[in-house]
Amino acid sequence: MSTEQRPYRKVAYYPGCALEGTGHAYNRSTKEVGKALGLKLDEVKNWNCCGAMEVKNIDPKIQTYLSSRVMSIAANEMGHDVVMAPCNGCYHNLKKADYDLKHDDESRQVVDRISSKAGHSTYEAGQVETIHALDWIKEGIGEKELRSRVKNSLKGLKVANYYGCMYTRPRHIFPEKDQGPGSESTSQPHFMDDLLAVAGAENVDFPLKTACCGGAHTLSDSDTSTLLVLNILRAAEAAGADVIATECPTCHSGLEMHQVRAEKKFGYKLEVKILYFTQLLGMALGLSPKTVGVHENVSDSMPMLKQKGIA
Amino acid sequence: MPIHEEHLIRPENLKTQEDLVIDGIDVSGHWSTFIESRVVTDYNEALEEEIAALPGGEYIHRCWQCGSCTNSCTVNEVNPDFNPRYWIYLIRMGMESELLRDKEIIWQCVSCNKCTYACPRDVVPEGVMKATAHWLELKGHTPKSPSMVFDEVFTEQVIQTGKIEEGRIIRSFFKRTGQELMQDWLVEMVKRLVAKLPVTLLWKMGLANVLRPRTSGWAGARDAIQDYVDEKNAEHRKALRLDELVELAKQEAKPGQQMAAE
Ligand code: SF4
Ligand code: SF4
Repeated sequence: MSTEQRPYRKVAYYPGCALEGTGHAYNRSTKEVGKALGLKLDEVKNWNCCGAMEVKNIDPKIQTYLSSRVMSIAANEMGHDVVMAPCNGCYHNLKKADYDLKHDDESRQVVDRISSKAGHSTYEAGQVETIHALDWIKEGIGEKELRSRVKNSLKGLKVANYYGCMYTRPRHIFPEKDQGPGSESTSQPHFMDDLLAVAGAENVDFPLKTACCGGAHTLSDSDTSTLLVLNILRAAEAAGADVIATECPTCHSGLEMHQVRAEKKFGYKLEVKILYFTQLLGMALGLSPKTVGVHENVSDSMPMLKQKGIA
Repeated sequence: MPIHEEHLIRPENLKTQEDLVIDGIDVSGHWSTFIESRVVTDYNEALEEEIAALPGGEYIHRCWQCGSCTNSCTVNEVNPDFNPRYWIYLIRMGMESELLRDKEIIWQCVSCNKCTYACPRDVVPEGVMKATAHWLELKGHTPKSPSMVFDEVFTEQVIQTGKIEEGRIIRSFFKRTGQELMQDWLVEMVKRLVAKLPVTLLWKMGLANVLRPRTSGWAGARDAIQDYVDEKNAEHRKALRLDELVELAKQEAKPGQQMAAE
């Protein structure tokens, strides 16, 4: 397949709230990687919050509406059929909304009603395909082409790839996963591993790829979250990782926050660094650490990156 | 008989006698521990229906008690008392008082959906946990959990403006739960962050606090969502017979007036 014929060359981009706040470095590095690879992002106009982890606990159908509005704008006002969301929460919610609208009459009625009262066209299930930043790069550019663009190999860097909960669970909202060779797996996800391996990194055998970081209760049950994050950080160190690669702003800031909290409150100091996979990929493509926002992370990776000859 | 798997029985229901003689035979030692027998009389037969009426609880009736949810549960690993399978059992049996013993921890479900992934019956145990936590609060068995306060602060902001701004959410959350905002670990985190950031970006982040991010033209959506929320709240109150309960409590509180009315 020639590069131009690949899918996802130009997609609607839904950054979501976190990428305008704590996940700013992820937003920046995603855009920069897109630019470097010639993949176009067309930001969803006047988007709203997808409902994150919270709104569904008040009422799941409000969440379905919120997510559907984003997809409605992408499809009906901008004419897109693919929405790319780099945040696991957004990605998950858009997928779930699409699933619910396909399978549940009541969800359809509620969304119809709120959309018409709010004065915009209703989103119909299937109008757009929601993809993650991982799909976007993996499919949009392909591993072969990506390999040829690596200018600054991540050779010698040991990476633990952390995918978290929302990227794979619950399984039924991701019908395209677990479809055999080439597709993503919900039990052993590997898209991020694949991309970083192409960039030269050495992926360690990391058993907690889809463990939970307690992100939903980062502030409301901090001790549990710290404990869960500690498990993840320790497992990564035990596997010999220099860095944990993340693909979600909530996971990423959860790991960073509770790494600090574990140190301050419980006296556990763990050295493993935390970087977005787009930051690692960007540096492999020859972008500077600054361009991909390494200085915006809480976790200070610069000395490690310098020592490895990457920065 | 010695009791196997003693850890499965609550300590207060185990009775051990030091020197026990029954019918002239000394049975102390190995044979002296008994399980307190108990009779459950306070069933709430409507319990399953009430949970099923709340969002997330819809599929509780499908459970066949395989235990895969508890087996895969993230929080169970940290706290063995966190047991979704068991709570689903109690709810379906109507054993309300037994369920209430664990009321302080049910809200701790982190929504990781490992249970949903593992459940062979599509019960969506994660949803049942949320519905149960909600039920406990609506019925007044527990005060609002910190997690619920967080969800409310968050949802209110989304409904009002269409978007959220994390700094503002964190501030409102600490305020509503009466916690100190300047937690030492948060301060430490901000310090580490600020040490590396260029001034222009700090400026922008500061401005986000003042110029609240919002979705323009959101008023229509805001009102439509609010209507829906009000309607749903009324439905939930009805399903849990909350208004009846409130009425009953009022009557009991004012016996004098009731007599006068008669
Ligand atoms: S996994 Fe499903 S069927 Fe099995 S006990 Fe849990 S809720 Fe019931
Ligand atoms: S969603 Fe809740 S109940 Fe289910 S496994 Fe995760 S923490 Fe346990």
